[in-house]
Amino acid sequence: MCLAFPMKIINKDGHSATVEAGGVSREISLRLLEDAGVGDYVLVHAGFAIETIDEHEAQETLKLMEQIALLQEDDEIR
Amino acid sequence: MKFVDEFRNADVARELSKKIEQTMAHIGRPVCLMEVCGTHTMSIYRHGIKTILPSSIKLLSGPGCPVCVTPNSYLDQAIAFSRLDDVIVTTFGDMLNVPGSSATLAGERAAGHDIRTVYSPLDALALAQRNPDKKVIFLAVGFETTSPTIAGTLLESQELTISNFFVSCAHKLIPPAMMLLVKDPELQIDGFICPAHVSAIIGSDAYEFLARDYGIPCVITGFEPLDILQGIWMLLQQILNTRPRVETQYSRVVKQKGNTTALRLLAEVFEKTDAAWRGLGIVPESGLSLAKGYKRFDAGSVFQIACEEEHEHPGCLCGEVIKGKREPETCGLFRTVCTPLAPVGPCMVSPEGTCAAHYKYGTD
Repeated sequence: MCLAFPMKIINKDGHSATVEAGGVSREISLRLLEDAGVGDYVLVHAGFAIETIDEHEAQETLKLMEQIALLQEDDEIR
Repeated sequence: MKFVDEFRNADVARELSKKIEQTMAHIGRPVCLMEVCGTHTMSIYRHGIKTILPSSIKLLSGPGCPVCVTPNSYLDQAIAFSRLDDVIVTTFGDMLNVPGSSATLAGERAAGHDIRTVYSPLDALALAQRNPDKKVIFLAVGFETTSPTIAGTLLESQELTISNFFVSCAHKLIPPAMMLLVKDPELQIDGFICPAHVSAIIGSDAYEFLARDYGIPCVITGFEPLDILQGIWMLLQQILNTRPRVETQYSRVVKQKGNTTALRLLAEVFEKTDAAWRGLGIVPESGLSLAKGYKRFDAGSVFQIACEEEHEHPGCLCGEVIKGKREPETCGLFRTVCTPLAPVGPCMVSPEGTCAAHYKYGTD
């Protein structure tokens, strides 16, 4: 039940916004995320944006995964 | 970046699984990790994650499926609401087939009562606005991911002065349930894969007590397969180095203090209350009820109904499955009497239920 989908804000009007992902768009509420703006990716749950997705952090996480994959055995038992 | 495909790369998954195996060799004993959230359970099965983990890692499913932990008495009350004149009961789809003591919402709908599935509580509010001669009751079930959306809807209802919208509130809080599991001597949990989207609301600080007071490693983990593998690897590092703490793998979304706007709305609209969980019983301060200024929305107070006496199937082990104490296969009803088409217990109904996951994807 806690599924939420990453969608991009393409229009904002006060408390409401239009979000889009994969060609599907819908109206959502920004009441829980008032500062989100057009162009932001947000997580959408039950018709509300619940949090912004930070692209920089996402890139960092992917980089970290690659670093873990490159770890030598000795590195990880410190 | 779409934040989905990037976290499903099979090559990286293979590498992470190798590193997990190497770390397990250094730990040198079996490890039991609990994924608290039902959405993690489904992702673990859907992506075959158990098949690429060493057999010495046991993944237990926890109490994080809202439908599964909702007791029969709540369903019985919802069914009684649906039998009232001029009432429309609205619900998320997961609840429709959950058996109450002697009926389901789907069965009641087939019998002609007005029960409608909605995607958002805002859809239920719009229905109330379009039907001023009806009373619309929304079944407010879910954890901290979902409860702020109900708070937002109630504020909207106030602003629009809609007077025929009500909620039947059974919201629950995740950290008190985790504390109960940690204190249970029958469960030996080495680490928690903490929920992704609950944590987006409550923040990583909410789990600090588990690491500080109980020495349990916690990693807030995203729902994509690479997230889960990295989260498991991070937990194993904590176990290996005996340094329990709260870490956030899902840092692209989760902040230390959570979504402060959502938390402010929750504090405005709800207050903490003791709540009944299937399997766990009454857990102190683990639920939300409507706060003083919002009691007029409370369907339970507004509508006088008589409910049947609560009854559960005597063979159903959902309560034990929810606590991670029993596997579905050890239940005499699993796959014989209890199937997704004819579920006996809620863990077989919800797509996030452990029994439904075992039925659909097979077992270890």
